[in-house]
Amino acid sequence: MQASPGSPLVELRKVSLAYGSGPSRMLALEDATLDIAKGEFIAVVGPSGCGKSTLMKLVTGLLPPTGGEVRVHGQPVKGPIRGVGMAFQAPTLMPWRTTRDNILLPLEVVEPHKRRFRRNKAEYIERVEKLLASVGLGGFGDKFPWQLSGGMQQRSSLCRALVHEPEILMLDEPFGALDAFTREELWGVMQALWLERRFTAVLVTHDLREAVYLADTVYVMSRRPGRIVKVSKIELPRPRTLETTFTAEFVDIVHDLRERIHMEHA
Amino acid sequence: MTETQRRLLLVAMPWLAMAGLLILWELACIVFDVPEILAPRPTRIFEVMVLRWDILLKYCLETLWTTAIGFVLAIGFGVLLGLAVGASPFVYSGLYPLLIAFNAVPKVAIVPILMIWLGVGALPAIITAFVISFFPIVVNVATGLATIEPEMRDVMRSLGASQWEILTKVGVPRAMPYLFASLKVAVTLAFIGSVISETVGGNRGIGFLMLSAGARNDSATTFAGLFAIAIMGVLMYAACALVERRMTRWAFRGEIVG
Repeated sequence: MQASPGSPLVELRKVSLAYGSGPSRMLALEDATLDIAKGEFIAVVGPSGCGKSTLMKLVTGLLPPTGGEVRVHGQPVKGPIRGVGMAFQAPTLMPWRTTRDNILLPLEVVEPHKRRFRRNKAEYIERVEKLLASVGLGGFGDKFPWQLSGGMQQRSSLCRALVHEPEILMLDEPFGALDAFTREELWGVMQALWLERRFTAVLVTHDLREAVYLADTVYVMSRRPGRIVKVSKIELPRPRTLETTFTAEFVDIVHDLRERIHMEHA
Repeated sequence: MTETQRRLLLVAMPWLAMAGLLILWELACIVFDVPEILAPRPTRIFEVMVLRWDILLKYCLETLWTTAIGFVLAIGFGVLLGLAVGASPFVYSGLYPLLIAFNAVPKVAIVPILMIWLGVGALPAIITAFVISFFPIVVNVATGLATIEPEMRDVMRSLGASQWEILTKVGVPRAMPYLFASLKVAVTLAFIGSVISETVGGNRGIGFLMLSAGARNDSATTFAGLFAIAIMGVLMYAACALVERRMTRWAFRGEIVG
């Protein structure tokens, strides 16, 4: 499954997706073509209901495309692909597990960790503790998710998405439900994790500042049926900080993106 | 009112309400001069309960025993069927209409049939308790499984989890609070089931005791039997509620459990 050097990790070729059939058939995504390089951080922005989340499900193989082709590692995707981490707007933590046990979940399910989970549990728990500490949740492993604040739950959810060191991280508006301060703080946390681990990330969001802060490439999608109408390479140096978001360069990029999206609403 | 008084009053309220009801009953019997054969006064019922406690206890234990067996069978069968119905859309669409139809049949109607098949004794009571109480368990367990958040399912699927792993790691723990909530309802129903069976035709249990006392125009003993059933029902309900809180602390979000 080794990709030839230089070829992208994820390739979408004229991918379409329609829900339903007959008169109720609804085209959610049309002719999406994009490449994601290994270690690249991309963001997908667009008006609500434009098929952003659909795009994410296609890349992970949770949904089969109705047209076109999705390739990962050069192989066509035919079902849920392995080695993916996911985080959603809702933290989707299991209330019956402690935060630590929640984050251990992928290690209980994903090979090869699953096979050695019982034997190496102590080692895995140590890994979780380190990850928790790196997102500022050191010592909270014993708490249940419902004993944590929304921001802390979302941090735990990120830990769960990353603990098995996935090659691809899917983020579906992961900071959407948080207040502005917590959100901006988590951008920093997310960037630090990415700079350290260099996974490939797909971020779906409608916050343009968030997209520009985090991503290498921003894709703008049109109204339904979603098409990619603009691709923006973000060349701002890393690590980006909150200060960066007030520079003229940053503001210009956000402004350009916003204008393109406004055209969709016109 | 201070906080302590408030809490004491909350604890005392059920007893106060019960005492109020009984006093009202007692007064009504005295004021309207109700003959004992129609409605004995509560004091008279308690007197009988104290006088004939050994007989009451013996019949109560018989009923408790049949109820418990029927209830345990209902839990086992209900959980298995609930898991199947909740996990598989095929089992759901196949069995759900049947279950609804079965639940609509008044269980008192099947007791005579059971008598024909099994004769009198403990067995018809056990089976009646079972058939009347498994339905809420099936529905609740199935509901717990069917309402797994789609995102949770996506998380599991993207990790490469099998259907079995999704069921055991998400479905079953998620269905637990639903199961325990249904047990409180089911145990009361199980009592109704065994008493119905004992009353329609039987030679044992508190239902039979009430029936034979009624035949002798011994209203006080009949009512004592009723009280005994109510007390057993409350005790079983309380036991289930206790187990529920112990087992699914997370579902109460730590609020109720201090």
